[in-house]
Amino acid sequence: MTATHALPPQAAATRNGTPPWPVEKIAVLDLHKSFGSIEVLKGISFTANQGDVVAILGSSGSGKSTLLRCVNFLETPDAGEIIVCGENVRMRRRRDGRQAPADPAQLTRVRTRASMVFQSFNLWPHMTILENVIEAPVHVQRRPRKDCIEEAEALLDKVGLAAKRHEYPAVLSGGQQQRAAIARALASHPEVLLFDEPTSALDPELVGEVLKVMRALAEEGRTMLVVTHEMGFARHVSTRSLFLHQGRVEEEGASAEMFAHPRTDRFRQFIQRSQS
Amino acid sequence: MHLFDLFLGPDGWGVPLLAAALMTVALSISGLAVGALLGALLAYARIAGGLLARTAADAVTTVLRGVPDLLVIYLFYFGGSQILSWIGNAAGYDGFIGLPVFLTGVLALGVVSAAYQAEVFRGAFTVIPRGQIESARAAGMGSLLMFRRVLAPQMIRHALPGLGNVWQLILKDSALISVIGLVELLRAAQVGAGSTREPFLFYSAALLLYLAITSLSGQAFRWAEIRSLRPFRRG
Amino acid sequence: MDLSFMQATLLTLLGGLPLTLHLTASSILLGGAGALVLALMRTSGIVLLSAPARAYVFVFRGTPLLIQLFMIYYGLGQFRPALQDLGLWSFFRDPYFCAVLAMAMNTAAYSSEIIRGGLASVPPGALEAASACGMRPLMRLRRIVLPLAIRQALPAYGNELVLMAKATSLASTITLMEVTGLAGKMIAQTYRAVEIFACAGLIYLALTLILTRAVLLLEWWLSPRRPRRQPAPPTICTTGEPA
Repeated sequence: MTATHALPPQAAATRNGTPPWPVEKIAVLDLHKSFGSIEVLKGISFTANQGDVVAILGSSGSGKSTLLRCVNFLETPDAGEIIVCGENVRMRRRRDGRQAPADPAQLTRVRTRASMVFQSFNLWPHMTILENVIEAPVHVQRRPRKDCIEEAEALLDKVGLAAKRHEYPAVLSGGQQQRAAIARALASHPEVLLFDEPTSALDPELVGEVLKVMRALAEEGRTMLVVTHEMGFARHVSTRSLFLHQGRVEEEGASAEMFAHPRTDRFRQFIQRSQS
Repeated sequence: MHLFDLFLGPDGWGVPLLAAALMTVALSISGLAVGALLGALLAYARIAGGLLARTAADAVTTVLRGVPDLLVIYLFYFGGSQILSWIGNAAGYDGFIGLPVFLTGVLALGVVSAAYQAEVFRGAFTVIPRGQIESARAAGMGSLLMFRRVLAPQMIRHALPGLGNVWQLILKDSALISVIGLVELLRAAQVGAGSTREPFLFYSAALLLYLAITSLSGQAFRWAEIRSLRPFRRG
Repeated sequence: MDLSFMQATLLTLLGGLPLTLHLTASSILLGGAGALVLALMRTSGIVLLSAPARAYVFVFRGTPLLIQLFMIYYGLGQFRPALQDLGLWSFFRDPYFCAVLAMAMNTAAYSSEIIRGGLASVPPGALEAASACGMRPLMRLRRIVLPLAIRQALPAYGNELVLMAKATSLASTITLMEVTGLAGKMIAQTYRAVEIFACAGLIYLALTLILTRAVLLLEWWLSPRRPRRQPAPPTICTTGEPA
């Protein structure tokens, strides 16, 4: 199967900071993943171009988190291809028949290009916020420490945490921790940001501050894949949406169009349920 | 056949070794009991005592935690005899009076384990919500009644895992009592090893018996723990 | 109280201190290395490695140290010809070597469980975040897993060190005249148990106090703290679980 992953040029050209021609950042081709006897992803294909903010939607158990974790190779797909920034991650078969990434150096490169923000923040508890942010740039990418600190302070300022940079994660609120985690993800100069339900573990009154930071990133023209339950974010901030149902893509398209005129009954019901 | 005769024959070492294993168990149980008594006193001093009692309890705990158990055993064996001899001499008896070794062993094990048991009891007490003490007082219970009816049943439950640890500690410590001549399991193995010139065999046999005792009693403690949690399970 | 006797006793007992210190240091170092190997074997997920480690820990934690010591010093003597053939007899004939071996093997079993507990306490999310930002397994171990695990395990390991320092007293039962051995001998000769106990106790208390302080200092040094507002150094606490 040959697939062209191009959007109509005008769709991309409308966004600021992006070239008028589409640059493919993420391509997923016929992705399969099972846990034991349960097949969670049953052949998923989609692409995300530079500047796209893709909302990945679906009820729980639809496989949306697994899909995102496959893009960062926290889960190893059973079959299919994942191309991150033009690089096709080579796989090898292990002796037990499962697949594993073949080249650790390539895996590190790809993971640095697609940074992950987790539902439960996953900040490292033994490091200060600043140390969390500079950890990967200094130790994985081996950039000069001084530059990393300067850059990290600017990033923390951007997410509104400059005053907290010498605090430890345990003393921060959930919203603050998640903003710090976003700064940490930005620190390794990623080309794509992956968000795995970034607001689901937060108290309702803390959701807003995190969404605000994410909206600002979207407006900068960053490429983002966002697994979320926040329908407001999907409808108004994301450029495209992907609706998953039982491990398959049920519906996808431009978010404004999809929410205004849902084509499938399942997506229509999904929107109605989440509004009530 | 050699092995069979050595342990199970008419003059075999099987029976003396088993008897010695029983001695180890008896010694440990008595040590646990004495330690529980002393530990409860220490815990009481640290929870409810005045400044003097608390300081004294802390000092005793620090010393017991910092000094080798073997040294404590020597102190009790020789020190106890020293005191007995003084008393004997004062009463006109001339010569040395030894403290019975079993008694020495029990006292030493009790004292050595008291600091740990105190910590276990104190921990068990602190997890009981203050509100329960208030409601017991409000119901007109006196201190003793409250302890018996409200605190003790709950404390035992919380103390069981810690007591299980202390029990294992005492069992293994009881081997040290062999140095003052009490024929418990290790001593019996030593005697057997000396008279047959088969030390490896006899120490192996004792090792297996120790393993059996520690793992069986460990199981028993786990079983008791599970049982004690029953009233807290729903459905 | 007879002060000159106490002074003489203290001086005599201090003569055993170097041996006590040697025994403690050697068994802690050797046992620590063994513990690390055992813990890695147990957490390896390979049955061929984890099962022997499990059995080892079960046996060494389920039996008294004294019998382990006798097993090595007296028990292996039964195999003298074989050991002589292997050229190992000069080791197993030496009580110092046997004492260090027994204590190191013993503490390795207990410490490996402490290390295992520390490893288990590392939050899976912290590991996942490390993988996600491109850390390879070895860097993950060095930057994330070990710092978190060591911090978690340090208090329990400190307790184990104190127990080990006290356990060196058992070496006196195989003719080594360290502090307890000398004390025991003096008590048996003079029957002045209380004074001699006080002197020996003083030496051990100082030793264990220094050990606990050192571990607390390490803990404080490793614990997350704010650069500008540093908390006061911790005070000694005597609470903890028996190992």
